[in-house]
Amino acid sequence: MLGSGIIQGLAVTAKNLVGSFHDPARFTTTQYPEERTKLPENYRNFPFLVADAANDPIGSLRCVACQICEKECPPQCIYIEKSKDKKPDAAGKQQFFPAVFDIDTSVCMSCQICVEVCPFDAIKMDQVFEIATPERFNALLLDRGQLAKPNTYYQQIHPTEAAEVDARLAADRKAGEEKAKAAAAAAAAKAAAAKAAPAAPASTAPSAPKSPAVPGTEAPKPPTTA
Amino acid sequence: MTAPAPLTDSFLERVPLLVRDFITGWFPEPIRWVVAGLLAALTILLVFATIFALLTLLERKIIARVQNRPGPNRTGLPWLPFTEGRVFGLGQPLADGIKALTKEDIVPRDADQVLHFLAPVVLVAFSLMTFAVIPFGRNLVSVDLDAAVLFFFAAGAGTELAVFMAGWSSHNKYSLLAAMRALAQLISYELPLLLSVVPVVMLAGKLSTTGIVAAQAGWKFGFIPRWFVLSPWGAAGFVIFFIAALAESNRSPFDLPEAESELIAGHLTEYSGFKYALFFMAEYFGMMALSGLGVTLFLGGWQAPLPVLEVIPSYLWFGAKLMLLILLFMWIRATLPRLRMDQLTRLAWKFLVPLALINLGNAAFWHLSAAWPGLPLQAVRYAIGVAVIVIPFFLIGRRLSAGVAPRTYRYAP
Amino acid sequence: MIESPSSPLAPLAGAHVRAVHDAFHGDLLEVSMGPHHPSTHGVFRMMVTLDGETVVKLKPVFGYLHRNHEKLGENTTYLGSMPYTDRLDYFCSMTNNWAYALAVEKLAGQAVPDRAEYLRVILAELTRLLNHTCLAGFLLQDAGASGTPLMYAFREREKILDLFESLSGSRMMCNYQRFGGCRVDPTPAWFDAARRVTEEYPRFLDEYEALITGNEILMARTQGVGRLSAALAVSAGITGPMLRACGVDYDLRKAEPYGFYSRFEFRVPLGDHGDTYDRYMIRILEMRESVKILQQALRDIPAGPIFDSKAKIRAFRPKAGEAYGRIEGPKGEIGFYLISDGTGNPYRYRIRPPSFVNLTVLEDMCLGHTIADAVIILGSIDIVLGEVDR
Repeated sequence: MLGSGIIQGLAVTAKNLVGSFHDPARFTTTQYPEERTKLPENYRNFPFLVADAANDPIGSLRCVACQICEKECPPQCIYIEKSKDKKPDAAGKQQFFPAVFDIDTSVCMSCQICVEVCPFDAIKMDQVFEIATPERFNALLLDRGQLAKPNTYYQQIHPTEAAEVDARLAADRKAGEEKAKAAAAAAAAKAAAAKAAPAAPASTAPSAPKSPAVPGTEAPKPPTTA
Repeated sequence: MTAPAPLTDSFLERVPLLVRDFITGWFPEPIRWVVAGLLAALTILLVFATIFALLTLLERKIIARVQNRPGPNRTGLPWLPFTEGRVFGLGQPLADGIKALTKEDIVPRDADQVLHFLAPVVLVAFSLMTFAVIPFGRNLVSVDLDAAVLFFFAAGAGTELAVFMAGWSSHNKYSLLAAMRALAQLISYELPLLLSVVPVVMLAGKLSTTGIVAAQAGWKFGFIPRWFVLSPWGAAGFVIFFIAALAESNRSPFDLPEAESELIAGHLTEYSGFKYALFFMAEYFGMMALSGLGVTLFLGGWQAPLPVLEVIPSYLWFGAKLMLLILLFMWIRATLPRLRMDQLTRLAWKFLVPLALINLGNAAFWHLSAAWPGLPLQAVRYAIGVAVIVIPFFLIGRRLSAGVAPRTYRYAP
Repeated sequence: MIESPSSPLAPLAGAHVRAVHDAFHGDLLEVSMGPHHPSTHGVFRMMVTLDGETVVKLKPVFGYLHRNHEKLGENTTYLGSMPYTDRLDYFCSMTNNWAYALAVEKLAGQAVPDRAEYLRVILAELTRLLNHTCLAGFLLQDAGASGTPLMYAFREREKILDLFESLSGSRMMCNYQRFGGCRVDPTPAWFDAARRVTEEYPRFLDEYEALITGNEILMARTQGVGRLSAALAVSAGITGPMLRACGVDYDLRKAEPYGFYSRFEFRVPLGDHGDTYDRYMIRILEMRESVKILQQALRDIPAGPIFDSKAKIRAFRPKAGEAYGRIEGPKGEIGFYLISDGTGNPYRYRIRPPSFVNLTVLEDMCLGHTIADAVIILGSIDIVLGEVDR
C-alpha cells in the first residue's frame, strides 16, 4: 500500500522520541564539560617525557637524547639537542641528556611511533585533549619543561602498560646490578687469581626492546591523585 | 470584533473580550472600532510571535529527541533564580533573536535592492493577514468575513509572490532555481488545497470560518462530536488538506525551495541577519495559519471534543488542536526524506487532485444521504463513504508508485 | 530529456514552435556546486551545467584536499607512512592500515601470527559496518531527511569507535596494524564488548530498515536513478559495493582471499539494476554478512602472539623489489603498490584509492537526471575526500 513505508518510518521515529526519555541505550549523549566519559586506558594523545623523580622532572628525564624518535617521527615534530656533557641518571650512570627537547603539538598527529621506537621507555603517550589555546605558535610548542611528567603520572593514566614497563625496567636494573656484582666478583677473582674472566652478558627481558642500561627506576607505586 | 461577549459564557471564555472592552473604553466612541482592530492585530502579532519563538525551540527539541539528542539546553534565562542560568534552553529563541538582529545584513551587489528588501516584508505581511479570519475561540475572530475562506487563500497566495521575489532578486543561481521550484510547487499544491476545502464549504453552506465552525457544533449520541474529520469525506479531505498544507508551507518532505542538500538554502541563500529571521518567522506563521485553518475546517475549530470538557475555554481547545497539528508537522519533518521536483508535482496533479475531486462527489453523496433512516442504513452510508475514497486511493496509488517497489536481492553463487 | 538548444526538432518546426522551444531551452545554467556546498562530502566541486534542473554536463573538480601523500610516503620510513594511511579514508583507518601492512609484508616476506590475522578480519569487518552505516546515513541526509537517519547511524558508529578507541587509543586515526602483526593485544573485556556490539547490530539494522528502506519517498528518489551498467563499471575499474550493485560478482574476499577470509562463511549480495537504491541496499545486506563474519571470527579467534617476534620495528629495510597489496575495503579495492630499493624508505609508493576510481563514472551516472539526483548519486558513490585528493 502506498504510504505504509512512511507510516512504518513514523513509528520508528515516535519510538525513538519516547525512548530518548527513558532508555539510556537510545539517549547516548553526555553533557561534556560537566559529565565526562571515562577515557579508555589505551587512549593516546600527544607524547610526554617520563621523569623518574617527581620533584625534579627535568633533571631526572629517562631520555638520553639518542634522537631515534626525532628521526622516526613521521611529521617531524620533535626537535632534540643533545647535551655537551653527561650527567648521572637515576641509577648513577653517566648519560647524555636532552639540552633541548621540543614537540610541536600543532604538527604532532599522536601516532605514537616515537613511543614504539624509544629503547629507553622515556617517551610515552599522554591523555590530554583540552590543550586548545588562542596562541597559535608559541603555546603549542612544548619544551622539555612542559613535556616532563613524573612516572607516577604515567602509572596513573596507563596503569597496565606502566606496570609492565616498571617491571621490565626493574628486571633490567636487577640484571644490571647482578652483572655489576658479577663483574665486581670477577674483578675480585681476577685480582685474587691474577687471571682474566670476562663476565657473561646479562639477559634482558624477553619482550623488551634492547635496553641495556636503564637502571634506577623506582618500584611501582600505587597511582596517586596528583 | 466589536460585538460584546454573551453573558451566558463562562468568565474565562469572556476574559479576552472583557480586556478588549476595557482598553477600548479609554477611547471615544467613533474610533473604538479602529482601536479594537489594532488591538486584535497587535495581539495576534504578539501571541503568534511568541508562539513562533517557542516553536523554534520546541521543533529543535523534538527533532533532537527523535534523533536521541537533548537538543538546545544551554542557553537559559540568567535572571531566573534557582536554575543555574538554564531552563531547558528556554533562552535559545531570545539568543537567536538577538543574533539575527545584530548580524550584518548582507545584500549582494548585483541583487535587486528593492525587491531583495521587500520580499521578507511582503512574505510576513501576507502570512499575518491570513490570521485575520481564523476564529481562535468562541468570540475571538478579528474579522468575521462572509467570504473568510476565500480571503484566506487569496492572502495566502501572496506568499508565493514573495518567495519568487526573494529568489529572483538575490541574483544567485541557487536562489533562482529555488524560486522556480517554489512557484511550480506552490501553484501545483494550491489546487488540491482548495479542492479539499470545497466539500467543507459545500456541506457547511458557508464561506465564513465562524459559520463553518458553527456547522460542526453539537454531538452525535451526546458524545461523538460532529467534526467534519470524523466523516469519511472529511477524513480524506483532511489528509489531502494536510499534505497540501505541508507543501504550501514548504515543510519537509516538500521543502524543495530551500532544499539544503541541493540548493544550499534555496531562496534564502543570499539572506542574512534579520531578513533571514523574517523568512523563518513567515514560514512558521504560514504553518500556523494553515494548521489553524485545518483545525477550523476539519477539526471543529475551537469546539471541545466532549460536552463535559466545555468548561475549558474555547481558545485553549483551539490552541491544543493547533499544537497537535504542528507537532505532526515536526514529526513528519523528523522522519521523511525529500521528494524530487517532478515527483512533487506528479503527486499533486496525478494523486491529490483526482482524489480531491472524487472526494467532492463523496461529500455530495454524504450530504444527500444524510436523511437515510435507521442505524443499519447509516452504517451502509458510512461504508459507501469509506469505499468511495479508499478504492480510488488504492488504484491511483498503485499507478503512482508503479515501478517503485521493495526489491529482493540475490547472492553470489 | 536532454535537449540542447540545437535540438533536431528546432529546424523542422515552424517559427512559433521554435520560439516556444527556445524559450524553454534557450540558455544553459552553469552552477558551481562546491567546494563549499552542504552535500559535496567535504571539498569536492562539481561544475554542473543545467538545462532547467536537468544535468547536461558535469565536470568534477577536486584536489582541494591534496596533501602530497604519495611523495610524503617516499620520504618517510615504511613505518612512518602507517599513520598517514589512517588519514586517507578517515572512516576506514583499520582497513587502510591492513592494506598497507599487507603490501609491506609481501615486500619483506613477513609472516603474521594467526591471532593477528583474526584480529585484522574482526577490525576490518567492524570498519565495514561503520563505513556502510555512515554511508546509509549520509545518503539519506543528501536525500533531505533532516538528520534523523544520520544521527541513528552515528549512534551506532559510536559504539564501534569506542571499541577502536579502547583498543588502539584513537577513535579514527587508529594506526593499529604493524608489519608482522598488530600493535596492542585486546583484553578479554574488549572481546566481550565487541561481541555485544556484534550481537546488537542486526537489531539496529532492522530498526534502520524499518525507518527508511521501505519508505516510498526514498524508493521513488533512488530507484532507477544513477544507473550504472555492468560493462561500464568493469571498464572503468569500479570496485566494491558499487560494482556489486551492478551485478558483477567481484569481491576480493572471495576472488583473491587475503588474510583468513577463506576460513569464514559469508555471502556476497548482488544487485540487478545498478541504481542508487541497489547501491544502498547492497551495503545494508553487506553489513548483515559482516555481522556473520564477526560472529565467526570472535568465536574462533585463537590465543597466541599478535606480533611476529622476528619482525622489526626500527631500522626496517625490506630487500629491493616491488609488491602490491590489496584488500576489499568498505569502499572498494584499496591497494598499495610499493617499490623498495633496499633503503628505509620506499622508492615508489602508490595508492589505488577506491573512492577516487569510483568517482570517475559520476558524470555518466548523472547525465539526464536532475540536480537533486546528482546529489544523491554522489552520496551513493561513497567518497571520502581525504582519499580522493590524497
